[in-house]
Amino acid sequence: MTTRQRTVPAAPGTSEEEAPAAPPVEVRGTSLWTRIKRERVAYTFIVPGLAFFVLFVYVPLLGNVVAFMDFSPFLGLEDSPWVGFDNFRALLDDPELRDALVNTLTISLLLVVFAFPAPLALALLLNSLLSDRVKRIVQTVVYLPHFLSWVIVISLCQQLLGGNGFVSTLVQDLGGEPFNAMTDPDTFYALVVSQSIWKDVGWGTIIFFAAIAAVPRDRYEAAAVDGANSWRRTWHITLPALLPVTTLLLILQIGNVLTVGFEQLLLQQPAVGADAAQVLDTFVYYRGVAGGQWGVSAAAGLLKGVIATVLIVSANRVAKRLGGSGIF
Amino acid sequence: MADTTAPSVFDRRRRRPAGRDDLAPWMRKTSKPVSALKGVVVTGICLVMLYPVVYVVVMSLASPRQARQGVLFPTEFSLDAYRAIFSGGVVTQGLWVSFVVTATGTVLALAMTSTLAWGLSRTRDVPGARAVLVLVLASMFFGAGIIPNYLLVKQLGLLDSLWALILPGLITAFNLVVMRNFFMELPRELMESARIDGAGEWRIFLRIVLPLSRPILAVMGLFYAVGFWNSYFNALIYINDPDKWPIQVVLQQYVIAASPIPGMTPNPDVPPPPAITLQMAIIVAATLPILLVYPFVQRYFTSGVLTGAIKG
Repeated sequence: MTTRQRTVPAAPGTSEEEAPAAPPVEVRGTSLWTRIKRERVAYTFIVPGLAFFVLFVYVPLLGNVVAFMDFSPFLGLEDSPWVGFDNFRALLDDPELRDALVNTLTISLLLVVFAFPAPLALALLLNSLLSDRVKRIVQTVVYLPHFLSWVIVISLCQQLLGGNGFVSTLVQDLGGEPFNAMTDPDTFYALVVSQSIWKDVGWGTIIFFAAIAAVPRDRYEAAAVDGANSWRRTWHITLPALLPVTTLLLILQIGNVLTVGFEQLLLQQPAVGADAAQVLDTFVYYRGVAGGQWGVSAAAGLLKGVIATVLIVSANRVAKRLGGSGIF
Repeated sequence: MADTTAPSVFDRRRRRPAGRDDLAPWMRKTSKPVSALKGVVVTGICLVMLYPVVYVVVMSLASPRQARQGVLFPTEFSLDAYRAIFSGGVVTQGLWVSFVVTATGTVLALAMTSTLAWGLSRTRDVPGARAVLVLVLASMFFGAGIIPNYLLVKQLGLLDSLWALILPGLITAFNLVVMRNFFMELPRELMESARIDGAGEWRIFLRIVLPLSRPILAVMGLFYAVGFWNSYFNALIYINDPDKWPIQVVLQQYVIAASPIPGMTPNPDVPPPPAITLQMAIIVAATLPILLVYPFVQRYFTSGVLTGAIKG
């Protein structure tokens, strides 16, 4: 039932539902109404949160009807005319949407190839450090960027890699040509991937550390006694132990191919241009909230949302079939 | 798959990944060059992670003269930039707005999340609780999208209100599940004996459950606080009034988009500090609160609460 708990290989079958704290003292045959009345105080804990989810998560789903309307904020939901699938048809002929899709998929692919393995490599490296203190200091340092907002990360990037930034000035001082990585569409993908790695590589190690911690110590001991050096111990013990969780994360990442760092791209698009930095989410934003084409934009958002949900749910299925674990 | 006799990582006695300090001597055999190489790589990684932040802090303190010359390693320092941004202009206002949103939002979010998590921790006893849990978990798989969320906030009349930055973020399903897992691991006998002694459910929650849950409340509080402090996009679409811009929007406007900053010097005869040190100082002001809170909560990560939380 629960989320990622099952992803940890060392705890097969310890999902919380099988190990609940309460013994099943439930008296069968007690009428539902009696049980509800007996637990009436419990509902005071549940109702506010339930109201939150209904209002802010489920009610907005209804707002997707805009995708089938020629919506105008002045007319509102009641008076805007229905147009059937016109918005979706308009989308299919939209060259900008095609560009956005290409950019989204390219960036996603690059992230899977370069950003995905980075935390695994870093976790193995840190795990091989002998000193516990050094390890903890390094962890403190590498977790930090995760807590900085994208606005701050892009600002930092601009100050370091922009036209008057640190690196450009340094290169000029050394007699090189000035450059501005923030406005160059040709290197933009590389910039996006580097930013993602910088921000989240440390954070991503946490889950691998958890999996490493679950490996029984005596295996390493046995391997060492058999003469395996630390490389071989990593290769034959640690890596296989990390395989299930890695597979799971990879599959989930593939389930998320349509979503790439929305704020990250939105913030940089003015500088680098839409050709390089338009992705599906920024397309929805610029067309809708900024551009006033509410119907078309909502249609794009709905289409993306439906495909993404299907992808995530099926990715989760695949993960379950492969490793007996999923997030749901 | 690890074998089943391995101690479960959920075993709360084993909170910390196995440390190297308590390893057997045979594991310490490492060749010198390899250790040296590792040292270089690890130092390099730390440098890459920290240098951008250090650079911005140093440059924000550079004297106007050196900043105008484009000196990369300044030797003369001045606090002019900070005096200018804290003199009551847009930046001060933005910091204040962010502070109000973060403080209010975090308190409300912790209250909402912990009550719902406790309410849903007894799905066996409480009819309907399981259905609510499914509703919550399902929300991890979809989102309504930008346009429908915008329309909802508009319908609620929250455009240009700070509540638009607070209310939609009060409970995230992930945090809820993590907290619920933590609650379910609390020793049940405590609650039972309190019940037998006649304590009400709310009393048990406030007097027993919450005090026992300080570590998870700290971590969740950090998550929520960072989320509110860092939130940019919601403010971008919901808040048009510049007086209500949180610091992230201010940062975007005056640093990333480099718009000229209004009212930078209280005295019109004194020239304002150079734009670059002002921009750097704004970045530092937006980052500092996170840097200040982080070390206090960081110990909970290493103590492993978060390890459980992330897998939670």
